[in-house]
Parts: sequence; structure tokens; C-alpha cells
Amino acid sequence: MANAARPAEVLETAASLQHPDYVPRGHDCQSVTATISGIVLERPTGLGWLAAFASSNALLLVFLAVVGYLLMMGVGIWGLDIPVAWGFAITDFVWWIGIGHAGTLISAILLLLHQRWRTSINRIAEAMTIFAVMCAGMFPLLHMGRPWFFYWLLPYPNTMRLWPQFRSPLIWDVFAVSTYFSVSLVFWYMGMLPDLATLRDRATSRRGQVIYGLLALGWRNSARHWQRYETTYLLLAGLATPLVVSVHSVVSSDFAASIMPGWHETVFPPYFVAGAIFSGFAMVLLLCVPIRHIYGLQDFITISHLEVMAKIVLATSLLTSYGYLSEQFLSWFGHETAERYVYWNRLSAFGQYATLAWTVFLCNTVVPQLFWIPPLRRNQFVLCLVSLGVLIGMWLERYVIITTTLHRDYLPSSWGMFQPTIYDFLTFFGSIGLFLTAFLLFARLLPLISMSEMRALLPGSQGHEEGR
Amino acid sequence: MNADSSLHGLMAEFATPEEILAATRASWEAGYRDMDAYTPYCVAGLATALGMKRSRIPSIVFLGGVTGAMVGFFMQYYTSSVDYPLNVGGRPLNSWPAYVPITFEVLVLVASFAAVLSMLLLNGLPRLHHPVFNVPGFARASQDRFFLCIEATDPQFDRERTGQFLLGLSPTGEVTEVPLEILTEPEPVDDAARPAAPVIGEPVPLS
Repeated sequence: MANAARPAEVLETAASLQHPDYVPRGHDCQSVTATISGIVLERPTGLGWLAAFASSNALLLVFLAVVGYLLMMGVGIWGLDIPVAWGFAITDFVWWIGIGHAGTLISAILLLLHQRWRTSINRIAEAMTIFAVMCAGMFPLLHMGRPWFFYWLLPYPNTMRLWPQFRSPLIWDVFAVSTYFSVSLVFWYMGMLPDLATLRDRATSRRGQVIYGLLALGWRNSARHWQRYETTYLLLAGLATPLVVSVHSVVSSDFAASIMPGWHETVFPPYFVAGAIFSGFAMVLLLCVPIRHIYGLQDFITISHLEVMAKIVLATSLLTSYGYLSEQFLSWFGHETAERYVYWNRLSAFGQYATLAWTVFLCNTVVPQLFWIPPLRRNQFVLCLVSLGVLIGMWLERYVIITTTLHRDYLPSSWGMFQPTIYDFLTFFGSIGLFLTAFLLFARLLPLISMSEMRALLPGSQGHEEGR
Repeated sequence: MNADSSLHGLMAEFATPEEILAATRASWEAGYRDMDAYTPYCVAGLATALGMKRSRIPSIVFLGGVTGAMVGFFMQYYTSSVDYPLNVGGRPLNSWPAYVPITFEVLVLVASFAAVLSMLLLNGLPRLHHPVFNVPGFARASQDRFFLCIEATDPQFDRERTGQFLLGLSPTGEVTEVPLEILTEPEPVDDAARPAAPVIGEPVPLS
């Protein structure tokens, strides 16, 4: 018996440790199922959704137009220049992929840590991951001079008899990001299988029955299947956990493996990972607050859930700030002239990027300290505002890291500046359109919260993951 | 095998996880082996009560991971040291520390796909149809009800006695026969909604 290893009183203690707010109050299996599946199956497509979809589609069209123009004209339409050959595109890439990491953290790491509050938000967070990584993947591809040769990055036997340079972090990136996307997608889809079966069984239209039926792969809720399913889900979570850390470490190696002043630092991998989770949780908060109101999910995504996420934002803010301190201290401590000059340019009034650098501190270090105050952690307006600040701050942080290092190299003869063009901004905002379009479609067509996990969370259910 | 060839089994419906656990254990005690339970979420201990052994999936995933790591590393070793050796500043051709990240990524990729594919294959999915879907009300298995099905392949299976036995477990709903295939039309077609078919060869009135 699986319960032999975990006697009833152990379960009792575990249950009492659970914050009661994380279990939807006054719900049973039927009402959980009806509420969450009703959003997809019964709720008519409202004008609000259509308006949001139209706006995000407009942004997406802007993105496609800019990409088309870029393919015709080349990357010169951006403000890329020598010495600053990495501009907005790489900033956007690091920012988006960082946002994606929080989704995997919520779904995989918190599952392994038995944090039951993840149940309410893991589906939304994983969807966010998928779409953020989609946006992220666009940028390195577009950033190549000839994006139509992107497959040259893959090790395939070719007529040039050449192979990728496997010692380069840029190639590690290709493998890391594509693996991350594939595994996240599989993890997300697998987590949805039982819910798709529920939608299949509740759909009233023939079209819905057929489409959800095909997507559910014939899932029939057999107990044997459930056991294999839970085992696999845990294993995937265990694999995804080091994967998240590795992906952003590899992204940071794109910088840290160089010998550029301001990039060549050992603190980069953990510092980047912390920043990634920081911005990702801000994005989850920014998505969850409106979603719970629009779709009436206040019972499921409670204020307590938002508060926990605010605490994580605060914790990761402190970790990221430690990274800032460590960077500055070591640049002073290391007696490396070029290194010191980079920080002088970032922090002093003489620096070209000082305003942006101080904005980063304001958004990422100062403002999140508001979350020490409990009433502010529970105030949704403050949560949204701080999250927005964090997202802006993290974008600027990546931007400042890239530009300050590149615009003042070792040789004064190769100094320059980066001037973003209108296309830089349009590509970035267009990618937000891609993200929002995908997310709105997800909210309309797929269950926003995992129904099967929610049922197992309800009091009185004997449901718990087997195979531990 | 005194089973009825048109029958997949008998199905009883329960309302709570405790009941389905008790019923499954009772059926196991009574000597039934070919059975399955259907629940809206993973009920702890239920698969064990059905006599399920430890899953092979973790071993498959481990093998997948080892395979992935070996393939990933060998690919880098072969391309950089054998097929197209590049002398980069006199560094060793097989500079293995630089190969660690990709080795790890390929490990995770292969292991993850091994996990999901083995889960699906061992579960016999994807599968377009299954007899249990013929039971009216089975849709609630994915919502809030718990079903126990004793299958006709069980040597002890007998339509009457097994039916009585299931009734003795005091299920919430009734005990239903699970037909292997439905011989009637699944859904009556609403004729009123269809356009009338043109009648061929109708005599044209001569006027």
C-alpha cells in the first residue's frame, strides 16, 4: 500500500501545514470542474476578449511587418553597429527567456517541494513559459545576418563538411533553448491530458468533442494509467528543474565566457537565474491579477496566492541585488582598469547609461522592498504596479549589461554608442503582441487551471501523487 | 473463459475515493484480477489495490538519459576530434569541459521524451475508442465519480455472480454492463434539421 509508508497522521500534519486558502473554499469536484471548464465551454466569447485579441493581433501584425522588412533589408534597420553589435534583440531574448523560467519553476520545482499552492497557477505559468520562449527564440534567429540559414547551427551532415563549434556558448544556447522549449511543451501538454479528457466529456458541440477528444489521446482515467502518469510527471519535473537552471546559466555564459569587461564574471550564472525567476514571477503576477477578475477565479487564485508570489518576487529581488553588489564590489576589488571603467560609466554622472542603470536599481532593488509590508503584498494594484516596474527594470538591466560593456571596450579607438531605431522598439513591442495573442487563445480554448490536480487538492480527496 | 463475447465487463459507480478503494480491495480479496478503476484524479493506493507492480518508467527514463548523454558527448567528440579537427590555439581537440552543457541538454531531452513516450505506450495511448466509453454516465469519471470495472476476461467472471458481487459492494449508481461495441446508432439524427432529400423519379404532374 502506498499509504503504508505515509500513515494517516503524517498526511494530517501535512494537510494542517497547508494554508487553508490554497484549497478552494466551498468547492467540490463538480463545482471545480464546472467552473474551470465552463470558462472554455460555456462562456460566450465576450466583447472584452475580442477587443483584447484585436489589439494584441494588431501588435502581432506590427511584429510580422517589421520581421518582413528586416528579412528584406537586413539587421541594419536596427540600431546595431560596431562596437555595439548586440542591441535590443539580445536584450529581448534574455528578457523573454528569463520570463519563461518562472513558469517551469512554479510547475516543476514547487511540485518537487510539495508546495500545493502551485496547483492554482501552474497551468497559467506553464503557458506563459511556452509563449515567452517562443518570443525569445525569435530574437536570436532574427539577429543572425541571414536567418534563413538558421539550420547551419544544427549538427547535420552538410556539403560544406563543417560542424557547429561546440565549444561556443552560442551553440550551447541553441541546444539549451530548443531543449527547454521542447521539454516545456511536452510537460505542459502532458499536464493537460486529463483536463482535455474532461473537456471532451463535457463538450456539448460536436466540434469540441472531436477536437478535445483527439487532443486527449483517448485518456480514460484508468487508475493504472494515473499511476504511470504521476510517476512520469514527477520524473519530468525532476528533469525540468536542473534544466531551468542550466538554460539561463548557458544564456549567461554567452556573456561570461567572453573576456569583455563587465561580462567576464563568475557570478553571472546564478545572478542571471535569479533575475530570470524575478522577472518571471512579476509576469505571472501581472497575468494572474486580471485573469482572476475577468474569469471569476477568485476562489482558486486567492489573495494568499498572490501574496506568496509577492514574497518570491521580494526574495529574488534580494538575490538579484546581491548580484549587483557583487559585480560592483569585484570590479573595484579586481583592480582591472577596463572593468572599473565599465562601472564608472554605469554608475557615475559621467556615464552615458547612468540614468538607465539607476532606474534598474530603483525598479529591481528599491521598489520591491515594498513587499516587506503585508498590506501592500495583498493589494492587487500595488502588486501590478511593482510587477510592471520589475519587468521594465529587468529589461533595462539586460540592456545596460550589454551596452555598457560593448560601447567602451579596451581600446578607446573602438568606442561607440548604441542608438536604437524605431524598428528596435517595434520589434520588441510586436513580440509582446505575439505573446498576448497566444495567451489569449490559450485562455479561450484551454483550461486555465489544472482541474485534475485541483480535485485531488480538495479536502476529503484521497488524491495524492503516487509513486513516491 | 465463460465470458460473454459481446461483453467487456461489468461496471459499478461509486461516489467517494474511500468507497472505490474499499470496493477494489474487496474485489481483489474475492479473487478478481482483471479489473480496472476509473477516477477523476489519481487516488493514492488505488493502483496498488489493483495489483499494479512498480512501474518500469523510471528505468526507461534512466536508460534514455544515459543514451542521450552518450550520444550528445560522442557527437561533440566525433565532430571536433575525428571528423574535422580544428586546432584552436593549441588547445586539446577533445576539450571535454566545453562539451558538458550540450551533453546535459541532450540527456534531458532524450530522457524527457523517453518518459512521455513510455508513459503513453505502456498505457496503450493514443487510443481512439475503448469499450468503457459505452457506459452511459461514464463521462463523470473525468469529473467527480469513481468507477470499478471487472472485466469479462477474468477467469472468475460470470455475468450473474459478478453482478451480484458488485451490487453487494453497495455502489452509488447501478451496476452496468459494458458492451464491447454498440450495435445501435450512437446519436439519433435530427431529421427536422436536415434539408429534405430530393426525391428521384417523382412523377411530374401534367397540367
